[in-house]
Parts: sequence; structure tokens; C-alpha cells
Amino acid sequence: MSMARLLPFVRSRYSVIPGFGITLGFTLAYLGLIVLIPLAGLVLKTAEMSLPEFWRTVTDGRVMAAYRISFGLSLLAALINAVFGLILAWVLVRYRFPLKKLVDALVDLPFAMPTAVSGIALAALYSTNGWIGQYLAPLGLKVSFTPLGILVALVFIGLPFVVRTTEPVLADLDREIEEAAASLGASRWQTFWRVILPHVLPSLLTGFAMAFARALGEYGSVIFIAGNMPYVSEIVPLVIIIKLEQYDYAGATAIALVMLVASFLMLFVINWLQKWSRARREG
Amino acid sequence: MARNDYITEPRWMRVLLTVVALTFLVLLVVLPIAIIFFEALRKGLDVYLASVVEPDAWAAIKLTLLVAGIAVPLNLLFGVVASWAIAKFEFRGKAFLTTLIDLPFAVSPVISGLIYILLFGAHSALGGWLIDRDVQIVFAVPGIVLATIFVTFPFVARELIPLMQEQGTEEEEAALLLGAGGLTTFLRVTLPNIKWALLYGVLLCNARAMGEFGAVSVVSGHIRGLTNTIPLHVEILYNEYNFAAAFAVASILTVLALVTLVLKTAIELRFSGPRPIRH
Repeated sequence: MSMARLLPFVRSRYSVIPGFGITLGFTLAYLGLIVLIPLAGLVLKTAEMSLPEFWRTVTDGRVMAAYRISFGLSLLAALINAVFGLILAWVLVRYRFPLKKLVDALVDLPFAMPTAVSGIALAALYSTNGWIGQYLAPLGLKVSFTPLGILVALVFIGLPFVVRTTEPVLADLDREIEEAAASLGASRWQTFWRVILPHVLPSLLTGFAMAFARALGEYGSVIFIAGNMPYVSEIVPLVIIIKLEQYDYAGATAIALVMLVASFLMLFVINWLQKWSRARREG
Repeated sequence: MARNDYITEPRWMRVLLTVVALTFLVLLVVLPIAIIFFEALRKGLDVYLASVVEPDAWAAIKLTLLVAGIAVPLNLLFGVVASWAIAKFEFRGKAFLTTLIDLPFAVSPVISGLIYILLFGAHSALGGWLIDRDVQIVFAVPGIVLATIFVTFPFVARELIPLMQEQGTEEEEAALLLGAGGLTTFLRVTLPNIKWALLYGVLLCNARAMGEFGAVSVVSGHIRGLTNTIPLHVEILYNEYNFAAAFAVASILTVLALVTLVLKTAIELRFSGPRPIRH
């Protein structure tokens, strides 16, 4: 019960707490100046282009190749993270092994590590004479400076999302449901597919979508390992940078707008998925 | 009930899953940390120390501290003020406002830099006007600060908003009705309740502010000794094939990341369980 309701002389519609006007005013002003006005500038700048001109810029062959690489590899990286992230979350929640706290903390490293540092470390690790690359090279697998390198960087950057979204759901999972499934004759495998997976699916999809969205915009950890060959291993954020370096501001802005729309769509999808998983967990 | 009474996977399956999970983590996370220190120290401790204290590296370290020193307090102030407005009052459009605050996390770092180029670059009306008056925003330190504020914008607010919403307003109302002023109420009642979440937000905000690469790279202009932050200095050294120095400077940032992780874990243990993850 709120204090306002206890005291009849305080009108319940009006809070006794001070500072509404000034804090909301400051919030809106700061948000507007730092985020909204600069982002609106991007849309306005694109509006200076004619529609055919805009279309030509954003569907140019090299840009289309970059979309295929960015979207395709981000999707693949998010899929890999969905599989291994779920395994990692399962192992962290269900099994006991030494140094578990340390392992759990390390999952967040891709968030804490500056992207450029991750980029040069991965490039060194997976180059043909690197610690890992030297064993892959004889198998005909070149990782650094190929699209495969981009994939490795994107898997790295998306690693924490699926683990962190599925971990609490797996921890909350009622073990009696699994026992019920088993006592009704389900194999462990059937229990996983029919009972556990449907239960974690909303949070798994949330983590997957977050990893995908993050991978789409990622720049720092990718460019060092990518090789950056036009049509082969060039991601969209790099194309924007290259256009900027050529003083083609209109071109850079048009492609940025396409990516911005994609990001906002993903934000919408993620919000919707989060609502779904919250409803599932509470319901 | 003992843990073993539960139904679980056969032993070989448990071992297999654990090995797969740990291998994944070692290949992607542990080895990259190891190789940074290995490469940094490969040419000996002298080369390492020389690369770190060399004037351009020092300039980069000082600039990074300056940028984080401006961006983090500003976003801290914003985070506290915004979560006060959102958590303590009811108004229309609150959910939408909360989504808008999260917006910078959805934007690619490259685009986060680009928007300031469009606003303050020499070809824009505002940028031209400012440059005529000798005010340089982009390709200079103010642009780096702005881009850093943008990419670290939501960190503090998103930790505080859900916590303060959960805590409600009763304690503050009690303090105010007992005659405490607004500021006293905040400092004596609200702040003790949110201090760990606040610290958590500041920690993550600072790690990102010091490590940001993409956004800063777009607005920096890459002038050695003047507009290079530590991550940009790492890039320059790396592109000059000066790997020992690049990894030496990178190791400073790696230590920062590891310290951040340790403190983050410590705060999480003080809280009950891990914080909800968003980005």
C-alpha cells in the first residue's frame, strides 16, 4: 500500500516525490541531443538523395555482396552460438566440475574485451602459423583473412548472449516434469526434445536474435581477421567506412540507413521475444 | 533430496557435453587472452615496457582516460536522473522512453560514429559554421567524447531502471513525509538501495568507454599522439606490422577487461545471482 493512500490529505494522483519536471526534462534533453537528433540527421541526409539514386547505391554489386556476407555469416554465427551456448548453459547449470565459477565468469569476456584487442588476438590465433591455425592449415582450412575468419570473430562476439539468456530458465526448470516424462517412458533424448527444449525455446530464440543483431553491426573484432576483400570478405560496416574515407558521405549514409532499419527491426523482434519468454516463465 | 536422485544423462554423455562446452570456451576465449600476453612478451620485457611508455602510447593512454573521465560521469548522471524520472513517476510513453534509451546498443558502432560526422563534419551547415569559428568537433577530441557517450549511453540507466521500479517509492515517501528534503532523501534513502547496481553499470560503462573502437575510429581522424585512443593506437601498430608493440599495448586493455570481469563477478555475488543480461 502506498503512503499516499494512507494519508487522505495527499491527493493520490500527485506524488509527494519531488523532481518529476526537472528529471524528465533533463532525460529528454540529453536523449534528444546525444541520440535522437544525430540519428534523425542520418535519415535527413539520406532524404537528400533521389529515390533511384538511393536504390542504386544500396543495391550496388559490391554492397549486395557485403549484405550477403554480413547477414549470412551473422546468421550462421548466431546458429553456432545457439547450439554451443545452450550446451554451455546446460553444463554450467546441471553439472559440477572444477573451476566452474571461473568458467562462468569467462563467458562474459567478449563483452568486457575491447573489440580491436579481440580482433588481433583471433587473427594471430587462427593465422596459418598461429596456435590453432597451424593445425587447420594442413586440412586445407584457412581461417584468418577468409570469410571463415569473419565467422570465428562473430561467434566470439555473440558467445555470451545465448548462455546468459538460457541459463536462468534452465536453472528454474522444474525437475519433476523431467521425472514425469521419464516415468511415462520417455527416453532422455525424447525428454530433451519434447519437454526441455520447448521450455527454453523463447529464451534461446532471444539469445539467438541478440547474437545475430550484435554480429550484424560488429566491426572491430572482424576487420583484423577478415582479409577485407571486396565481394569475398567485406562486411557492411567496412563498406560504410570505405565510402566515408572516399568522402562519399551520401553513399555511406544510404547504406547505414539500410543497416539501421535492419537493427531496429531486430530490436523490435528481440523485445517481442523477451515478452514471450517472460510470459512463459511467469505463466 | 540428493542431487544424484534426479534423472540425468548417462555418464559418458555428461563428460562429452562438458568437454565440448569447455573446448568451445577455451578455443574462443581462453586462448585469445593467452596469445595477447604471449605475443606481448615474446620479444622480452624491455620491448614490452618500451612499447607501453613510448610517447605516442602515453598520449593514447592519457586521451583514453580523459574520454572515459568525461563520458562515464555524464552517463552516470543521466542514468540516475532518467531512472528517477522513469521509476518514481507514472506518465504516458514510459515504455517507449525506456526503449529509446536502449537504442544506442542496437546501432552499429560504425553508424554511431557516422551520425556525428554528418552533424559536425565540414560539409554540414552546423559543422561549417563551427569550423569558421575555429571549433573542431569531429576528427578531434570532442567528437571522440561524443561518440563514446553515445555507445555507452544506456549502461547505467538500464541497470538502475528495473531495480528502482522494483523498489517502488514507499521508502522515499516516508522520508519526505518525515520532513527530509529531496536531495537528502535521494542521498540517504535511494542511493544506499541502488549503490551496487550503480557501481555495476559504471563498471561496464567504463570498460566500453575505454575499449570502444568502431565509433571512435570513424570520428577520430587518426592523428598520432593527438586523437588516438588506446584501441586506435593498437590498430596503427598492428597495421605497421609492429606486432610486439601492438600486443603490448593491447595487453593493457586486456588487463582492464579481466579486472572488470573480476569486479563484475564480485558484485554479482553480493547481489543474489547473476544480473539479467541484455548486452
